[in-house]
Amino acid sequence: MKLPFDEMLDAAGKARPHYQIFHSWLKQQSDTLMGLKRAEADLIFRRVGITFAVYGDDLGSERTIPFDQVPRIFAAKEWEQLEKGLRQRVKALNRFIYDVYHEEDIIKAGIIPAEQIFNNAQYRPEMRNVNIPRDIYAQIAGIDIVRAGEGEFYVLEDNLRVPSGVSYMVEDRKMMMRLFPDLFQKYRVAPVEHYPDLLLECLKSVKPDDVKKPNVVVLTPGMYNSAYFEHSYLAQQMGVELVEGKDLFVKNEQVFMRTTQGPERVDVIYRRVDDDFLDPLSFRSDSTLGVAGLLSAYRAGNVTLANAIGTGIADDKSIYPYVPDMIEFYLGEKPILNNVPTFQCRKPDDLAYTLANLDKLVVKLTHGAGGYGMLVGPASTKAEIEEFRAHLIANPDKYIAQPTLALSTCPTFVESGVAPRHIDLRPFVLSGKTIKMVPGGLTRVALKEGSLVVNSSQGGGTKDTWVLEE
Amino acid sequence: MLSRTADCLYWMARYTERAENTARMLDVNHQTSLLPQPAEFLEQSWKKLLTISKLEADFLSKYDVINRENVLDFMIYETSNPSSIVSCLYAARENARVIRGKITSEVWETQNTTWLELQRILEARDRADPSRLLDWVKHRCHLFRGVMYGTMLKNEAFYFINIGTLLERADNTARILETKYEDQASLKVLRAQNHGGDNEDGGSFFDFYHWAALLRSVSAFEIYRQIYSDQVVPKQVAQLLIFNKQMPRSLVCCVNELISLIAEVENNQSKEIERLLGKLKASLDYSDIDEVFTQGLEEFIESFLEKINHIADEFSTAYLIPLAAN
Repeated sequence: MKLPFDEMLDAAGKARPHYQIFHSWLKQQSDTLMGLKRAEADLIFRRVGITFAVYGDDLGSERTIPFDQVPRIFAAKEWEQLEKGLRQRVKALNRFIYDVYHEEDIIKAGIIPAEQIFNNAQYRPEMRNVNIPRDIYAQIAGIDIVRAGEGEFYVLEDNLRVPSGVSYMVEDRKMMMRLFPDLFQKYRVAPVEHYPDLLLECLKSVKPDDVKKPNVVVLTPGMYNSAYFEHSYLAQQMGVELVEGKDLFVKNEQVFMRTTQGPERVDVIYRRVDDDFLDPLSFRSDSTLGVAGLLSAYRAGNVTLANAIGTGIADDKSIYPYVPDMIEFYLGEKPILNNVPTFQCRKPDDLAYTLANLDKLVVKLTHGAGGYGMLVGPASTKAEIEEFRAHLIANPDKYIAQPTLALSTCPTFVESGVAPRHIDLRPFVLSGKTIKMVPGGLTRVALKEGSLVVNSSQGGGTKDTWVLEE
Repeated sequence: MLSRTADCLYWMARYTERAENTARMLDVNHQTSLLPQPAEFLEQSWKKLLTISKLEADFLSKYDVINRENVLDFMIYETSNPSSIVSCLYAARENARVIRGKITSEVWETQNTTWLELQRILEARDRADPSRLLDWVKHRCHLFRGVMYGTMLKNEAFYFINIGTLLERADNTARILETKYEDQASLKVLRAQNHGGDNEDGGSFFDFYHWAALLRSVSAFEIYRQIYSDQVVPKQVAQLLIFNKQMPRSLVCCVNELISLIAEVENNQSKEIERLLGKLKASLDYSDIDEVFTQGLEEFIESFLEKINHIADEFSTAYLIPLAAN
């Protein structure tokens, strides 16, 4: 079998041009030193509190997400192409969401079957004909990208609801600069630390029309959420309030927060709470994380939610196969980034193919996230495959299947030394008055040998991502 | 500022201060328990420590005997005891974690490091030397305050932290004084019973250590010497801890500082707190130690505790409990 593409080394085992300096630097570092740096990184992450709570464990028990010291490096040219593709894709996705809640042109044109939209649990009828600032739905998008070969990138998933991980992008950079300042003299690495500034600018640019100086807040489910560090980090970096549902209330279709000086109006909410929990009056009535009446205030145009309600329709895996068509339909452009070929198990032919090739395919729940409810055929036992087959036959509509991509690998520190491990990339795309990105993203790495699952909930780690300046 | 944020700042400070004062109280008891004395009195002094914190019943549901080891264990390590040092430091750190964005990263890291170091101490299970641990607790709490003063903006967050600290401190100083004073009374009874009241020398020797330990527990031994240049006399000790305006842990000092802090965070519900504090200040300003002793120290302290806790309740209502939606 062909070896997967290695980010650092070419087929002959020589460092690729943009990795050469790093490669020779790495060879000069002793194992002891790298081990010490690793321990230092863990200590700092713990002291700074870049951790998440482990549920059901002892008092105050917390974990850090493993951080790997070998950066994932992009040459300027390659990144440029990737960035273009990302901007194009997110632009089309936002147009699509607007369309399905308004004119439905894409359905009328026969590109996506109506039932795929209207029967989808992620479609929010409450949003029909609701107008929101700048017609932007996914102000913050995290697009998961993998590489299969030289210049060969695929979009694995569009995360348009509450994508997380951006704080690790920034903290990993700070950590690298702290541990290995000398590397940053050898390389000109494009900065990413201004992400919170761009985010604030983006959020302000989608304020309700009649507001002059918008009051922006970050809405978190609370300190026991695994991404609480990130919520608190972003609020602090932007200099805005971090609120929980109970801090807010709605009166006369306006949102207020409870302060020590009385109620204060809120205009833009960067919410890190799922649609279902946002408003107990409209969605799940048992939710204690949301704000009663928020939807009415939102529909009245008195508050902006970022991301909008109902963006899930565009990041659902059953809609994913249509994204290249969307790009051509809305923008009249050829898609720059590839989609992974996808079999929709709701189609009899696709299902038959999937069932016959379960050992070769990756099968996913259309509504799943976080690496749960999926089968990685080549890495599964016979018994696991058979168990999954039963689920698939019972509910084919809920699944899609994709060929197992040979995800690229990047050298990574593991117990036995430095070894290749599979990686992906989640860059973040901000859509406001204009589309903005910082060069880079969060590189996630599957620390288990051969594993393709990079999610932190499944034992993945992170790496700093470098985009080199010309 | 969000009411919930103010609440977390306030409780972060109160729990930190409580951890420190518990450490101080335990340390003074531990030190005095090493002095030669009747066994009943020893037990009595550990019992007092539980009663002033209203924890005797909880304690007795866990342990059979009131003695040094058990009380130290309960007051330092027991997680089911919300006033134990471990519980206080945990609560302080959890509150800090919620509002880490509202304190400087230095303040947060100080709280977090305290908690992480405590984990290591707990894992090591080195319970042989309580004094060292108690000193460490005091030191970490001093560090918290120092870092806070050295790095934070003098804004609302800073004021709420200080209000929490001072309300807790006023309460704790009053309680320490009350226990030790009661100790003194029971000591006299014991002395009368055991020695027929003819052991004046031994008594004053014990008095000295007893009151000196109390002063040390509030970092006031050197201060006492400096101010009074005199022997350690109970009445002057009480005077120092109640009325001295310069002594940072005295009741008067706490009340005075609270008055200026409340003025900084004034809102449309703060008038009542200002009124109550003003009244309390006046009652201290126009009284003196002789009057207190005539009234009875215990009664005076009980009344002070009631007032300061009422003020804390009013403060919660005015600032911390999310205002109704109208």
